[in-house]
Amino acid sequence: MRLLSALPGLLVGCILLGLLLKSRGVLSMQPLSRLLFSTAWKPLKGQFGLLAFLSGTLWVTLAAMILAVPISLLTAVYLSEFAPRFLRGLAKPLIDLLAGIPSVVFGVWGVLLIVPFVARIAPLFGAYSSGYSVLAGAIVLAIMIFPTIILVSLEVFTAVSRDLRDASLALGATRWETVKHVVLRKGAQGLIAAVVLGFSRAFGETMAVLMVVGNVARLPHSLFDPAYPLPALIVNHYGEMMSIPQTESALMFSALVLLLIVFVFNFAARLILTRVERRIQ
Amino acid sequence: MGFRRRKWEERVFRVLMAASTFIVLGSLLMILGTVVIKALPALNLDMITRTPEGGFYLGKAGGIKNAILGSLYLASGATLLAVLLSLPIALYINTYSMRSKAWAVQVRFFLDVLWGVPSIVYGAFGFIVMTLLGMRASLLAGILTVALLELPIMARAMDEVIRLVPSALIDASASLGASRLQTALRVVLRQSLPGILTAMLIAFGRGIGDAASVLFTAGFTDHVPTSLTQPAATLSLAIFFQLGSPIPEVRARAYASAAVLTLIILLVSLAARALSRKLRKHIIP
Repeated sequence: MRLLSALPGLLVGCILLGLLLKSRGVLSMQPLSRLLFSTAWKPLKGQFGLLAFLSGTLWVTLAAMILAVPISLLTAVYLSEFAPRFLRGLAKPLIDLLAGIPSVVFGVWGVLLIVPFVARIAPLFGAYSSGYSVLAGAIVLAIMIFPTIILVSLEVFTAVSRDLRDASLALGATRWETVKHVVLRKGAQGLIAAVVLGFSRAFGETMAVLMVVGNVARLPHSLFDPAYPLPALIVNHYGEMMSIPQTESALMFSALVLLLIVFVFNFAARLILTRVERRIQ
Repeated sequence: MGFRRRKWEERVFRVLMAASTFIVLGSLLMILGTVVIKALPALNLDMITRTPEGGFYLGKAGGIKNAILGSLYLASGATLLAVLLSLPIALYINTYSMRSKAWAVQVRFFLDVLWGVPSIVYGAFGFIVMTLLGMRASLLAGILTVALLELPIMARAMDEVIRLVPSALIDASASLGASRLQTALRVVLRQSLPGILTAMLIAFGRGIGDAASVLFTAGFTDHVPTSLTQPAATLSLAIFFQLGSPIPEVRARAYASAAVLTLIILLVSLAARALSRKLRKHIIP
């Protein structure tokens, strides 16, 4: 059993090693800087610049975070500090359910509702859009990461002791002031971790975003432009993996880049959370 | 700060918070509603009892039985495999590693890291292993990949419930002369059974809904697989492929398939709730 419990660590190592070995082909052919900072993706000419895809992912993820963070945090505060008991009991299973909805279903919903919505509102901002855009991806993605941020934040709030709240209320602070000066301050680190976890979840999300974001390999200049995120690149070029030389290696390198970025954020978030947990116990 | 201003600030934030909660819960209802409404016209018995027939992808007769069964086989196999891996891990870090707490912390940390790995990366890794072993895209390769995806979800969820078993129970069992294995299996496992079943169902739900990990590994076929080495269709990929079609009838089937998948997820999560409530009666509080 002890051997088996080493499996998670081994698996992390194996995934990293496997992707790294597969990326060697393209890494030996081109300098790292050209792979990461060139926009030229022309597999037939042996050019595998990932910049357009990296920036596509960043645009969609950041826009989604701007939408999701305030809404999720406000919801978490409401459910933990203000909501009546029945609403709390009702909301928790529903948020769990939202977390369980498959990403293709989010994608279908995005295509049906969000894409036409974005196409409709684009002229109001003086832009033309087919609807398949950064904004559509961001809206769908924001909803997908609501549960992650809310559920982790709720745990952080439960960890803040009742006594602190009571003390603040006894001093004459209103409930919102108690939240602002006591609960949020005490839970700040945990909330940062919740947001970072949401970010890393959003960063690697594939299918839902791919279905609504347009997949045009250009640097986006506005929310109404289409984008081409990194995970979508891997999915869409899967068919050419075996036929065009080095494409497989380039795609595995993309997966490695994706993984490393997500790793860094996850490591950070988990370290913070473990520290918070230890301090509170 | 004046009293009126404090009151005003409180009121504004209460409205903002209630509105946010409404947005979160409303978007869930909107997703479920849209999928159901769009699916109704294309939803019929043929959809779930027949496999694709000639010209199915041009809008002719047939159904998605291949994808429904494929998904169920795949997720069941993966869940079974993930249980075999994660239950011992969760039991070990909670009952055996009393002396080496640091080890348990490390295992949990790596499980959390794995939890955050995007499913497309599992797909790519599965593909690498598959080609390394000379396997083709098949039900087995899909099961292995999805099992890896489910492992951290399940192990962490099991760990959370096993952790809650009161240490007095474990001590009592030990003082009666039970070995650690006996304690783990007869006391800890029994006490946390409802939570463990819930963890399995949550992981099953994740596994059956995932698309990016099976794209490279399970393949796609119009037939119901009869052995582990055959490729298998999945609902999530059936939705994805049909939605890309220019033909309205085929797209309508994508909506219907999405409704079927959502229904399965709903049933699984309801079952998880009901089961854990029913079994909770038998544990010592």
